[in-house]
Order: sequence, then structure tokens, then C-alpha cells
Amino acid sequence: MTTPILSVSNAVKRYGDVHALDHVSQDIADGEFLTLLGPSGSGKTTLLSAIAGFITLDEGRIALRDTDITRQPPEHRDFGMVFQGYALFPTMTVRDNVAFPLKVRKRPAAEIRARVDECLDLVQMGQYADRMPSQLSGGQQQRVALARALSFHPQVLLLDEPLSALDKKLRADLQWELKALHDRLGVTFIYVTHDQEEALSMSDRIVILKDGKIQQDGKPGELYNRPVNSFVADFLGKSNFIDVTVTGAEGDLLHCEAKGASFPAIASENGPRSGQARAALRPERLRLAAPGEEFLPARVRQVSYLGERCQVIVTHDTLGDLLVSCPTWKTDITPAPDLPVSIGWDRDACVLLAPE
Amino acid sequence: MPRLGEKTQYWLLVLPALAIMIAFYIVPVLGIWQISVTEPASGFGNFAKAAQSNAVKTSFVLTFRVAAVTTVGCVLLGYIVAYAISNYAGRLTPLMLALVILPFWVSVLIRSFSWIVLLGRSGLVNDSLRGAGLIDSPLRLMHNEFGVLVAMIHVMLPFAILPMLTNMRGIPDAYVKAARGLGASEWTAFRQVYFPQTLPGVMSGALLVFVLSLGFYVTPALLGGGRVLMISEYITYQIQEFLAWGLGSALSVILLIATALVLLIAARFVNLRNALLERK
Repeated sequence: MTTPILSVSNAVKRYGDVHALDHVSQDIADGEFLTLLGPSGSGKTTLLSAIAGFITLDEGRIALRDTDITRQPPEHRDFGMVFQGYALFPTMTVRDNVAFPLKVRKRPAAEIRARVDECLDLVQMGQYADRMPSQLSGGQQQRVALARALSFHPQVLLLDEPLSALDKKLRADLQWELKALHDRLGVTFIYVTHDQEEALSMSDRIVILKDGKIQQDGKPGELYNRPVNSFVADFLGKSNFIDVTVTGAEGDLLHCEAKGASFPAIASENGPRSGQARAALRPERLRLAAPGEEFLPARVRQVSYLGERCQVIVTHDTLGDLLVSCPTWKTDITPAPDLPVSIGWDRDACVLLAPE
Repeated sequence: MPRLGEKTQYWLLVLPALAIMIAFYIVPVLGIWQISVTEPASGFGNFAKAAQSNAVKTSFVLTFRVAAVTTVGCVLLGYIVAYAISNYAGRLTPLMLALVILPFWVSVLIRSFSWIVLLGRSGLVNDSLRGAGLIDSPLRLMHNEFGVLVAMIHVMLPFAILPMLTNMRGIPDAYVKAARGLGASEWTAFRQVYFPQTLPGVMSGALLVFVLSLGFYVTPALLGGGRVLMISEYITYQIQEFLAWGLGSALSVILLIATALVLLIAARFVNLRNALLERK
């Protein structure tokens, strides 16, 4: 990574006895799309607020390139911000909303007019310039909020759950648009969400937080395929968990045993390579086959049909229930309750986790 | 028992209050309208007399001036209180609210008499100032417009604070935060983003105070000491001292119409339904 545009080091924020941020450090590269992902209370919004300047850290430091901005008021930081619920000023037209950051910066009127038009066109809202925010739909308000946040050419755009109020289909469309906008503008995006799909689909990098601590950070694929602990494995997508004993190792490959069943697994980054551990197994990596074809015998307990996929809960004699997600178009067997089957997985599908 | 229709239920519930209003308010008001055009002679003689009288004109001008100054005073002071409570009181909010509403539990009469104790010739204020050697002879703090205004603003203040407070509490702090995040200073964020959103509350508070002040009697009568004759006191004089029921009634009708006009003009700028009933 080249010199980071933004650098958070050892950030601590306490509310009473609760650590909203517990020694968080993170460098953000110029032009990156970084997502802060976590459940509510994980500290993701606190971290964003600290970067924006709305809260003051108890300890630690935030630097923009080489400047320490830890104690700078928000209006001097020059970050664009899109709020949850958009916070469009209800007494101003769309045009005035987008012009607001330029007006407070005392830019010339002609420049403001041109820039506002440009920004509204960028989000395809040009024709709504003279409407009031209350006359717009949620999706349209979201676009205006984005235009307003970008109008003054900020170096960093902060987004606080900008899509959470929209319905699912619109959210999916806007995810594509946001990503395209990011790639086109080259502005650094810092995006807060609790929605793992949103995080996976847009981010260059994801930081997963829990209880004010960073659990793991990396590219979406890395986090999904190599979660470091059971929190990450369960929060980002679904996982089956099996407590195993490592019986041997062959390079990256580990041999595991659990309650009489033995199977291969791989270690996560800094994860255990021997002894007792917990393994995570993605439902879609499990294969469902006729009895005897795969290495573990099981029996179907329950089936849930979801259109493109089918969720099946199978029961193994000693390992208990496992969730299998299989494509519905693959019709080797048709799962039904009580059907005897066998299950198996590729050797790299099972990841040994570090303790939390 | 057969179920009553929804309409019947509605009227049964409304009826007792409605009957009292009609019997003890609407009918007497209509009676006053009648007296104003029948006593001492039929016709609009009372209204002609009122229109020609300089004393009536002076009293109306005074009434509107006192109401206007009271309104401005209440809105300015009330805005600060409402702003402080809704933005800074935090956990103290219920206590602060109670302190705003507390005066309602004390009669207007007692509050006005308290001001007499404070502002009189040998009242608390004058005594303290004299004791401190700041003045030689007592200041005239009451029995003039100043005294009336001080007491009026005090009595009316909650009526200005409450609508403004309700309005401000409905404004999420996200707007000011957004403004700051987009580069506005604290003052710019307040002026351009927060303040415009509080205007509906300001308007309804102002309207409430102004309309109530126009017909206010007790406080101006006590603090004015007969020297600051607002129209309601003037009417009392006509009826009690001069037994001029016709002129008194005519003035009441004029005050009623004037108040209605104020509301009508205000309706062009404010949503009255929100301002006076729903307090959004």
C-alpha cells in the first residue's frame, strides 16, 4: 500500500464502561472503497463519526495524509458525507441542497450553478432540481444526498448506511451505481453497513468490527473464504461449525477428526494447526449425493426451497445437523425429508478458526 | 343491548361539552352581539361612537402595541429556552419542562400580584436598588406600560415556549450534523439549516401569544393601575362604571372581529391547523 490517505491509530472511545472503540488502527488507501461492517453496537458508526469529526476520541490519532486532524472540527475536514436517512435540508430545494457545501465555501455563483448541474446529472437527478426533498422518493433522496456530498470535490466520501432505508430491489440497483460511481470518480469511499451482502458486493476491502475491535480486514473473497474466527465466519454469510481435533498435517492441508468422522481442512491466517479447534464450513461448499458417493453418511431432515437455491438440513449420526445449500437446477437427487444421502466437500472448504 | 351506530356514539360523547358551550358561551356571545346593536337605541350608533372616540382609538393602538411587544419578547426569550432544552438539557429535559409548565399551576392573579410586590414603589427591586445606593428615589416600574410588559411577557412565556419546544424536539440533530459535515460553521448551520425549520414553531408560538394578549385583562389591569388601559379593561370600565352596555358590547364585538382578522391574516402564512391544534 502506498501512503494512506487516512490513517487511524489506536483509536479509543469509551461511553461509561463500554468501549465503543477499543484500540482500533486502520490505514485507508487513496481511492479505496472501504466498508466498515459489523452488527449494531460494534463501533462501526462510532469510527465513522470519529473520522467525520462528530465525536472526539478519548485516545488515539486520526491523520489525513500527513496532517493530524484528531481535534479538527468537522467543517474543516472537507469530507463528503451521506447520512442514514439522507438528512436533506427540508426547507431547501434539491438545487439549494446540492449547492449548500459550495455556498458555505463562498464559491462564485456561476461556478456553483455549473457544478450543481453537473452533480445532479451525475446521479441522474437533473430534472428534479427545483423540487423539495419531501417531493422525492427514498431512492431519489438518496441520489440527491450523494450529489450534495460530492459537489465540493471531497477527497473522502463517508457513507453511513445510505441504502438501509430502501427496499431490497432498489438497494441492489443502487449498489451497482455506487460502485460504478466510485470507480469513475476515484474518490475514497468509507462505507458503514450492517448488511454483509452490501459489503461483499461493493467493497475493495472490508473491515469487520465487533465490540469496538477489528476482527478481520481484507478483500471480500479473503474474508469469506478464510474467516479468522467464528464471529466472522457466521456474520459474513452462513457457516456450519464443527469442533475438531487435528490429527496430522501435510503442508497446508490438515487432517481432522470429530466424533468418529475424519475429513480434511485448511488453517486460517494465524489459525491453529494442531490440537483442538473449531472448523467452519460454508453450506454451499457441501455436496449432497446419493448414499455411499461421498464420505459422510447423513439423512435429510428438512428442506426449504428458495428458487435458485435449496436449503437442506441434514443430520449426521454424531456431528448433528448441518446446513447444505445446493443449486436447484442440479438434480442428481431430489432432497426430501428422511431421504438417506451422503455429504462431502472439497479439502479447502473447511477452515480451522482461531479462538475469538 | 343493541350496538349504537358510530355516528350516534360520536354525538353522545360530544354532546355534554357541546351543550355547555352553547348554553354558557355561544348564547351569551350572541347576546352581546344583540346588545351592541340594540342598546340604548337600535342601529349601529355604538359602532359609530366607538369609531369617533379618540379614547377608543388610543386603547386599541395601545392594545395592539402591548400585544406585539409581548409577542416579540416572549418569542425571543422563549426561543432561547426552547433551544437550550431541546439541544442541551439531555437528562434534565423532564425537569426543565416541569419548570416551564409550573407557572400554569399558579393563578395568573397571584403571578400578577407578585409582580406588584416586586415592582412597586417600595417593592423588592426598588428597595434593593436604593439599599445598594444605586438610586436616590424609587423608579417607576409599574403603573405604566413597562410594568405591564414585564408581567405580560412573564405570564405569556410558556405559551411561546411550548409550541417552539414541540417543534424543535421534532427536528433530528442529523440536519445540523450534516451541515457541519458539509463544511458549515456552527453559526451557519444554525442560521441556514436549523432556524428555517423552527419557523413553524415560532409562528405558532407568536400567534398564540399575540391572540391571547389582545384580550388579556388581569395582568394589564393590575400592573397598569388604571393608567395603561388595554381594550378589555376599557370595556369593563364602560360596563361597570358608566353602565354603557351598548358601547361595551360594541367594543367586545370589535375586539372579536379584530382577533378574527389577525387569525385570518396569519392563516395566509401559517398552517393554523398545525399551529394551534396539532402542534407539530
